[in-house]
Amino acid sequence: MMDMDSDPTVSHLRRLWLYLYCLAVAIFLLAPILVVIPMSFSPSEFLEFPPSSLSLRWYQSLFNSAEWTGAAIISLKAAVLTVLVATPLGIAAAYGLQYSEMGIAKLVRSLLIIPLIVPVIIVAIGVFYLFARLNLVNTLTGLVLAHSVLALPFVIVVVSAGLQRFDINQELVARSLGASRLKAFRTVTLPQIRPSVMSAALFAFITSFDEVVVALFVSRGPSSTLTRKMFTSLRDQVSPAIAAISTILILITFLLALAALASARGDKAQKS
Amino acid sequence: MAPHAAEAMEGDARRERLRLLALSSPAFLLVFVVLLIPVGWLFFLSFIDKDGFTLSHYARLWQNDAYFEIFRVTFLSSFLVTVLTVVLGYPLAYLLSQLPRRAAIIGLTVVLLPFWTSLLVRTYAWLVLLQRKGLVNSTLMSLGLIDEPLNLVYNMSGVVIGMVHIMLPFMVLPLYATMRSIDPGLMRAAISLGAPRRKAFFTIFAPLSLPGVIAGSLLVFIYCLGFYITPQVLGGGRINLVSMKILENATIYSDWGAASALGVVLLVVTLLLFKAIQMIVPVDRLMGRS
Repeated sequence: MMDMDSDPTVSHLRRLWLYLYCLAVAIFLLAPILVVIPMSFSPSEFLEFPPSSLSLRWYQSLFNSAEWTGAAIISLKAAVLTVLVATPLGIAAAYGLQYSEMGIAKLVRSLLIIPLIVPVIIVAIGVFYLFARLNLVNTLTGLVLAHSVLALPFVIVVVSAGLQRFDINQELVARSLGASRLKAFRTVTLPQIRPSVMSAALFAFITSFDEVVVALFVSRGPSSTLTRKMFTSLRDQVSPAIAAISTILILITFLLALAALASARGDKAQKS
Repeated sequence: MAPHAAEAMEGDARRERLRLLALSSPAFLLVFVVLLIPVGWLFFLSFIDKDGFTLSHYARLWQNDAYFEIFRVTFLSSFLVTVLTVVLGYPLAYLLSQLPRRAAIIGLTVVLLPFWTSLLVRTYAWLVLLQRKGLVNSTLMSLGLIDEPLNLVYNMSGVVIGMVHIMLPFMVLPLYATMRSIDPGLMRAAISLGAPRRKAFFTIFAPLSLPGVIAGSLLVFIYCLGFYITPQVLGGGRINLVSMKILENATIYSDWGAASALGVVLLVVTLLLFKAIQMIVPVDRLMGRS
C-alpha cells in the first residue's frame, strides 16, 4: 500500500498553513533581538528603527561612563564568583547524592532543587531580611551567596544528568588500583563529565549575570549590578544607551553559548 | 566468610554511604542558611504582630478588596499567558518534532536564542517595539490596518505580550521533548488503516502529547504567578501583581507581616502546582533537555 506521507510535496503543501504559522511565531521570538541590535547603532537621542545613519555614539558614552563600567565590573565579579562557589558545591552534592544510597539523599536533593521553584521575589525579600541582620546588604559577598543559591539547582541537575551517563565502575577500578578517591575523581570521572560541568558553570554564570530581583534588594547604590542599573533606568527613560548595553549582553551570551557548544563538540570528537 | 568480616563490610558500606551524603553538606548548608531559614522566618512573621500570634495579616488579604483585585489580575494574566503560549507553542513544537533532526536543531535554535538572551534585554526590546511610535504601531499603520496608534504598553496587553515572549521557550521545550518521544509509527498505522489525517491527529497524537501540554502549562503558570521584572517594566506601575505588592509592602511600608503573608500564599500555591507537575513529568527531564 502506498504511504501518502512519504510523498513530500503533498505533505508540504498540506502543511503550508503550519509553516506560515510557525514562521510568524519564529518572527515573534526573534523580533526583540533583531530590533535592539540595529537600534543601538543609531546616532539619535530617541529610539528609531531602522536607524537613519550608523554611529557608535552610545557605545562611546557607555565606555566613558564610570557608572556603567563600574556596574559591569560588579556584575562580572559576582558572576565569576558565583561560578566558583556554585559549581564545586553543586558537583560535590550531585556526586554524593547520586551514589549515596541512603533514603535521606532524595530529600536532600529535593531541598537543594527548591531555589528553582520558590518565586524569586520571595527569595529576594527573605535574603534581604537575613542579610540586613548580618550586615551583608550591599556587599559582594551577600550577592554572591544569594546568586549561588539560585545557581545550585541548575548545577546539580545538569551534573547529575552527566553522571547518569557515566559508568562509576571506572572510578572504582582506579581506586582499587591504588588511586585516592580525589585523584580517581579528578583523573577519571571529571574528564568524562566535563561537558556537563561546563554547561553547569555556564548556567551559574548566566543565572548571576542576568539576575535582577535579588540584586534590587541587596546591591544598591554604588554596588549596583549592571542589570539592576538597567532596570532602574528603564523606569525613568527608554534611552538608546540601553540598546547598546543590550547588544553587548546579547553578544556575550552568544559567545558563551558557542564556547559551551564547541567544548561539547570537542569532547565528542575526542571520544569517537 | 566469617560473620564478623561480613559485619565489618556492611559497616564499611554504611560509612561509605554516609561519606557520600556528607559531600552534599556544603551545598545544603548554603541553601539552608540563605534560603530555608529566611523563608521559615517569613512564615513565622506572617503569623506575628506586636502583640504576638495573629491571623490578622491573612484576614486582611481575605477581606481587603484591593488584595482581591491583585490576586484576580495575577491569576488572570498568568492564565492568559499560559493559554497563549500553548496556542503559539503547540504548532511550533509539533512542526519541529516532525522535522528531520538536523532541521529540528535549527528550529530549536530559534527557540533557544531568546531563551539565552537576558530577560531584561527582551523586556526592554518589547518596551521599544510596543511604544506609541514603536515598530508594531508604525507597521500596522503603514499597512492601513489602524488609523490611530494602539496603546500596547503600560497596560495589560503589554504585560501579556512580554510575558508570553519570555515564557514561550518554557512551553516549547517540554512539548518538543514529549512529541519527539511519540512513536511516528502509530500515526502512520492509523492513516494506512484509513483514518483521515485530522482524525488520526486528534485521536492519537493529541492525547499522547497531553502530558507535555500539562507540564508546560503548569511550569509557565507558576513562573507567571511570581513574575516581577517584565510585568513591572511593561505594566509601567498600572498593572499590580502579587510580586509587586510583596515588594511594596516589604520595602516601602516595611510591613513585613503583610509582605510575608502574601509571600506565604504565593509560595503555597506555587509548591502545590509544582507537586502536580512532578506527578506528571520529573523536573530533571524538563530541565535536562533545555
